[in-house]
Amino acid sequence: MPITPDRRHLQSRYDVVIVGAGPAGMAAALGARERGAEHVLLVDRETDPGGILLQCIHSGFGLHAFGEEVTGPEYAGRFLEQVLEQDVDVLTDAYVMDVTADRRVKLMSPRVGVHTVDAATVVLAMGARERTREAIRIPGDRPSGVMTAGFAQQLVNLEGYLPGRRAVILGSGDIGLIMARRLALEGVEVVGVFELLPQPSGLTRNVVQCLDDLDIPLHLSTTVIRIHGRDRVERVTVAPVDDDRRPIPEKAWDVDCDTLLLSIGLIPDAELARSLGAQLDPLTGGPVVSGTMETTLPGVFAAGNVVHVNDLADWVSREAQVAGEAAGALATGARRPDQDIRLIPGENVAYVVPHTIASDGTHTLSFRVRRPIHGPTVLRLGEIHRRKVRAVVPAEMVTMKVSPRILEGFRGDVLRVDAIAAEEVAR
Amino acid sequence: MTDRTATRDDGSDRADRGDRDDRGEVETHVYLCTGCPLGCRLEVDAVDDDVLEVRGFACRRGERYGRQEHVDPRRPVATTVWIEGAVDRRAPVRTAEPVPRDLVRDVVASLRGVRLEAPVRRGDLVVADVCDTGIDVIVTRDLERIGRP
Ligand SMILES: Cc1cc2nc3c(=O)[nH]c(=O)nc-3n(C[C@H](O)[C@H](O)[C@H](O)COP(=O)(O)OP(=O)(O)OC[C@H]3O[C@@H](n4cnc5c(N)ncnc54)[C@H](O)[C@@H]3O)c2cc1C
Ligand code: SF4
Repeated sequence: MPITPDRRHLQSRYDVVIVGAGPAGMAAALGARERGAEHVLLVDRETDPGGILLQCIHSGFGLHAFGEEVTGPEYAGRFLEQVLEQDVDVLTDAYVMDVTADRRVKLMSPRVGVHTVDAATVVLAMGARERTREAIRIPGDRPSGVMTAGFAQQLVNLEGYLPGRRAVILGSGDIGLIMARRLALEGVEVVGVFELLPQPSGLTRNVVQCLDDLDIPLHLSTTVIRIHGRDRVERVTVAPVDDDRRPIPEKAWDVDCDTLLLSIGLIPDAELARSLGAQLDPLTGGPVVSGTMETTLPGVFAAGNVVHVNDLADWVSREAQVAGEAAGALATGARRPDQDIRLIPGENVAYVVPHTIASDGTHTLSFRVRRPIHGPTVLRLGEIHRRKVRAVVPAEMVTMKVSPRILEGFRGDVLRVDAIAAEEVAR
Repeated sequence: MTDRTATRDDGSDRADRGDRDDRGEVETHVYLCTGCPLGCRLEVDAVDDDVLEVRGFACRRGERYGRQEHVDPRRPVATTVWIEGAVDRRAPVRTAEPVPRDLVRDVVASLRGVRLEAPVRRGDLVVADVCDTGIDVIVTRDLERIGRP
C-alpha cells in the first residue's frame, strides 16, 4: 500500500479533495496538480487505489491512454505511480460519509477516525453500481446463487472463490461475457448467456473471444422469466421474447443451474451527489455537468462512471483529467468559463455528456446511441457540425470533438446531437 | 468451418477462377472482425494455411485480422493465482504475449497450483515458457506484504 497520510499529516484544508481513487479519481488528481493545485487529497474506501480496475484482470485497457493494451490492474498501477510522484495525499480504507454544498468532506477510517476536511473544490469519482434482480423484477424463489456478474468477478479474481458449478448468465454486456469466459476457464460449466435484445450488448471482440472460443451458447431475444430453488438455485425458466420484448411463455424451457449471474447494466453511484443537492440527469442517473465537468453546485465536479457509465477506462481518464484541471484551476483562483450552450440528445441519441459547453472552449462530447446502425453514420451537432463514422452500436460510447472554430458564429443557446444513417441524411 | 467439405458460399465463382491446387481445395472460412464495433463478417479463401483472399472487410485492419485469425489465431490470457500475505488472496497474472488460441485452457490449467508470496511487483515472472510456448507469465499488480489480522 502506498504512503498514506496519518492523522498528523492529514491536513484540515485542501485545494482539491477527490472522492474515489479509480481511474477517474487518479486522473483528476493528476489534472489538478498540473493546474497548480498544491494540496490534493485522493480518498478511497478500499485498501488499494484502482477502483473496479483491480478486478478487471483481462486485457483491453489503455489503447488510447498508453497506445498499447494492458490489463485493468496494470492500467491502475501506471496511473498510481504518477499520482504518487506528484505528491498527492492518498488516503485509503477511508469511507466518505458526507460532502456538504460548502465543500466540507466528512470521512471515516480506522487510521484517522472520523475526520472533516475543508476543500476549495471537490471532485466526485465514486464510479457505478450494478443493477440487481430488483431492477428487472424476475419472479420466483429467492435462493442463494443469484448475484451480479461484477460481484462474481470480485469473488473469483480477488478472493479466490468460485460462485458455483453450473452457471447461467443473464445479459450479454461486457461484464457478463468476460465472466462467462473467466468461469469457463476455471472449470465452471457455463450453460449459456441469455440476452433480451436481438443483438449482443457487449463488444464483438468479447462475443468472439469469450463465447465463441469456448463454445458457450448465446441466446438472443431470450430472457429468464423465473428462478427456482429453495435454498440454492436449482434451475431457471427461460423464454424467447416477441418484438415488444414480452416473453412468450408457451415457448419457455427450463435450464438446470446452481448459479445465475446478472449482467444487466450499471448505474452511476450518485448517492453523494444527490444528497448534496446537485441536479441529476434522469437519462444517465448521474449529475448534470458543464463542459469542465462541474455539477450544478459551484466548486463540486464529477467524472467517470458516477456521471455516465463508460465502456472504456481510457475515456474515463480523459474526462476526469478535464474535471481535475478545472477543479485545480478554480481552487487556485482562476475564473470559471461561461458554459452557455446547452446540449440535448436528439435522433437516436440516449444521452449527451457534458450537458452544457462554452462557446470558446474545446470539448469532447460523449454519448450513446439507442439503436445500432450497421453502416456509415452521420453524427450531427445542430446545423453547425457533422462527422461521419463507420457504424454505431449502443455498446460503444461515441465521442465527438468540438472546438471554438466549430462553435464560432453560432448564436443560439441549444444544440441537438443526432446520430443518423448516412443514407437517410442524404435523402 | 474447418470441415473439408464445408460451406463454400460461392463455389461457382471459385471454379471459374480455376482455384485448384495439388495440395487441396479452396475453402471459404468465415470470421467476425473484432477490430471495431462494425464487426465485419470476413470471408477468408484458403488452401489449408495458404490464404488466397480475404473479403468483407471495410478497412485494412480487417484484412490483416482475417489472415492472422485463419493462420495462427492468438489470444492474450489473463487469470489469477494464489498469493500469501497480501490484501487479496489472488494475484492477477497474464501471458507476456498472446498465445495460440488452442492453448488458452492449458495455460490457465497449468497455473492452478502456483502460489506466490507477497510482496510482488508488476512484471514479476511467475512461470517462464508456459506450456512450451516460449512465452512467460507475469504479475500485473503490485501487492504489498501486510500483516493479516
Ligand atoms: C467487468 C468490467 C469489465 C470492463 N472492461 C473494460 C475494458 O476491457 N476496457 C476498458 O477500458 N474499460 C473496461 N471497463 C470499464 C472501466 O473499468 C470503468 O469505466 C472504469 O473503471 C470507471 O472508473 P471510475 O473511476 O469512474 O469508477 P471505479 O473504477 O468504480 O472507481 C470508483 C472508486 O470510488 C470508490 N468509492 C465509491 N464511493 C466511495 C465513498 N463514499 N468513499 C470512498 N470511496 C468511494 C470505490 O471504492 C472505487 O474505488 C470494465 C468494467 C467492468 C466492471
Ligand atoms: S474490418 Fe475494419 S471496419 Fe470492419 S470490423 Fe474490422 S476494423 Fe472494423
